[in-house]
Amino acid sequence: MTATDLSPTTAATAVRRPARPAPAPIPFARIVGVELRKSFDTRAGFWLLASVVITATLATGATMLWAPDSALTYEGFASAIGFPMAVILPMVAVLSVTSEWSQRTGLTTFTLVPNRARSIAAKAVVVIGISVASMALAMVIGAIGTVLGSAALGIDPVWDSSAQDLALIVLAQVLGMLVGFMLGVVIRSSAAAIVAYFVYSFVLTAISEALAAFQEWFADARPWIDFNYAQGSLFEGSLTGTQWAQLGVTGVVWLVLPMAFGLWRLMRSEIK
Amino acid sequence: MITVESLTKKYGGFTAVDDVSFTAASGRVTGFLGPNGAGKSTSMRIIVGLTPATSGHATVCGRRYAELPNPGLEVGVLLDASAQHAGRTGREILTVAARTMGLPARRVDEMLDRVSLTPDEAARRVRDYSLGMRQRLGIATALLGDPEVLILDEPANGLDPAGIRWMRDLLRDYADQGATVLLSSHLLHEIEVVADDLVVIGNGRIVAQGTKAELLAAAGTLVRSPELPALATALTDAGLAVTATGSGGASAALRVDAEPDVVGRVALAAGVPLTELRAADGAGLEEMFLELTAETQRETVTEGAAA
Ligand SMILES: Nc1ncnc2c1ncn2[C@@H]1O[C@H](COP(=O)(O)OP(=O)(O)OP(=O)(O)O)[C@@H](O)[C@H]1O
Ligand SMILES: [Mg+2]
Repeated sequence: MTATDLSPTTAATAVRRPARPAPAPIPFARIVGVELRKSFDTRAGFWLLASVVITATLATGATMLWAPDSALTYEGFASAIGFPMAVILPMVAVLSVTSEWSQRTGLTTFTLVPNRARSIAAKAVVVIGISVASMALAMVIGAIGTVLGSAALGIDPVWDSSAQDLALIVLAQVLGMLVGFMLGVVIRSSAAAIVAYFVYSFVLTAISEALAAFQEWFADARPWIDFNYAQGSLFEGSLTGTQWAQLGVTGVVWLVLPMAFGLWRLMRSEIK
Repeated sequence: MITVESLTKKYGGFTAVDDVSFTAASGRVTGFLGPNGAGKSTSMRIIVGLTPATSGHATVCGRRYAELPNPGLEVGVLLDASAQHAGRTGREILTVAARTMGLPARRVDEMLDRVSLTPDEAARRVRDYSLGMRQRLGIATALLGDPEVLILDEPANGLDPAGIRWMRDLLRDYADQGATVLLSSHLLHEIEVVADDLVVIGNGRIVAQGTKAELLAAAGTLVRSPELPALATALTDAGLAVTATGSGGASAALRVDAEPDVVGRVALAAGVPLTELRAADGAGLEEMFLELTAETQRETVTEGAAA
């Protein structure tokens, strides 16, 4: 063992760094920009978002090739495109939250932005922005499909969706994405949250369906209990006051309350 | 400056950090030492607000970390270099951090250069990084905002010898310019060379703290002999406190709470030959560390050798 020099390794009397003014707070828009970048900058994230465009194009192509001529209307295209999106977009939402835990990037994210609510809110803004942008894209692709499809048939294009129809469909898509986001916030693990999403939106629906078939009281109460069912009315072009109320009630129970609970826990959780 | 006051963290019935208080002063490098599971990383996570404390609090630059308006510009943090998205490139990880802090893209290149990651390496995905490359990237992230406080958990982990030397000089430089550096490490030699102050923690409690010079001066005398048990008996009979150190065999030694001349006299009177006799502060941090944390060590190095 060598004797160790205990004197300071360099002169301790050195230049002090000048006192710096406290930096300005990080603007929210900047956090949103960073979160947007983070949803594109990995291969997984990039291809997930690219698959929105790819499946929309494929669905349009498939509709033109194989759907009966009567389905070559704007609505026909829109619903063919909407289905894959309804699956992909919630995954984008799930991963935007859970990757901070599953990939452990939260260690950096939440030390650079210690107010976790701001990071999570920025993610929500990005996720909603992505779903609206994707739907806009879907509508454009659907419109191109309608024009091409009708040209191939030699008929006039059929524009059978009103702006209101489309707005309601966008709302449904945003709700689906928020469900994914909520499950991400509550579960904070990519694999488990994705499984939970499919249970939530398919298994629960099937159970509810079966229950309604056998239990009359449930069939009557279903629109007030089943969130997925209540969302179904968004695809019908317009909602009655009762239907809005049903959507609101089920939305609070199945989306808002769990989200609030998940956020409350997330703020207090340990990140490691 | 980092101030930690009566920090306690309980996980159920288990107390990982137990009433820990210390200050890391600006212009100094504070070494945070302790055996595995002592609570170093937990304390550091609490300081930066990633883990809520059960009680007590910590401030950085005079404020709670969570209240810092743009923490990246004031505090450089490296807790776990492997906690990165495996699918991002090194450059992308720095870019994301730089954007969050509001720094120009130029800063990313400067940092890559500073931690000696080549443009080619920076373009690789982090899943393909070696341990040391990840560590360099983590250090680059911490230095990005040119912070005046550095909180680094085992920063030398995985660095090659040149990297360790570079790291040491860098920390020294930072402190000399008035920055506060808090680092934990198991590389006692590194800490010994670079740290000004030490905080030693075992089982969540502080077992010693002070300047390095103070703590090492308290180390007494180190003595080696081919007849160690006989020497130990003689010293104990003379009323001196004796601790066995070293890992047995050739490196086995005794640390005695007395001046070297006293120990030499006892050995002479007992007729025990000595192979080495010196002030134990030269033996350094390792002895001090093992002794201070003896009750909290997993391996019973000292007790084993004393038998
Ligand atoms: N979430 C948790 N639940 C229960 N115990 C925990 C939890 N997190 C940490 N601990 C325990 O707290 C103790 C302190 O851990 P910590 O990671 O702070 O140790 P450390 O000093 O950094 O050790 P090392 O030198 O090995 O890095 C350990 O016993 C660990 O098992
Ligand atoms: Mg640790």
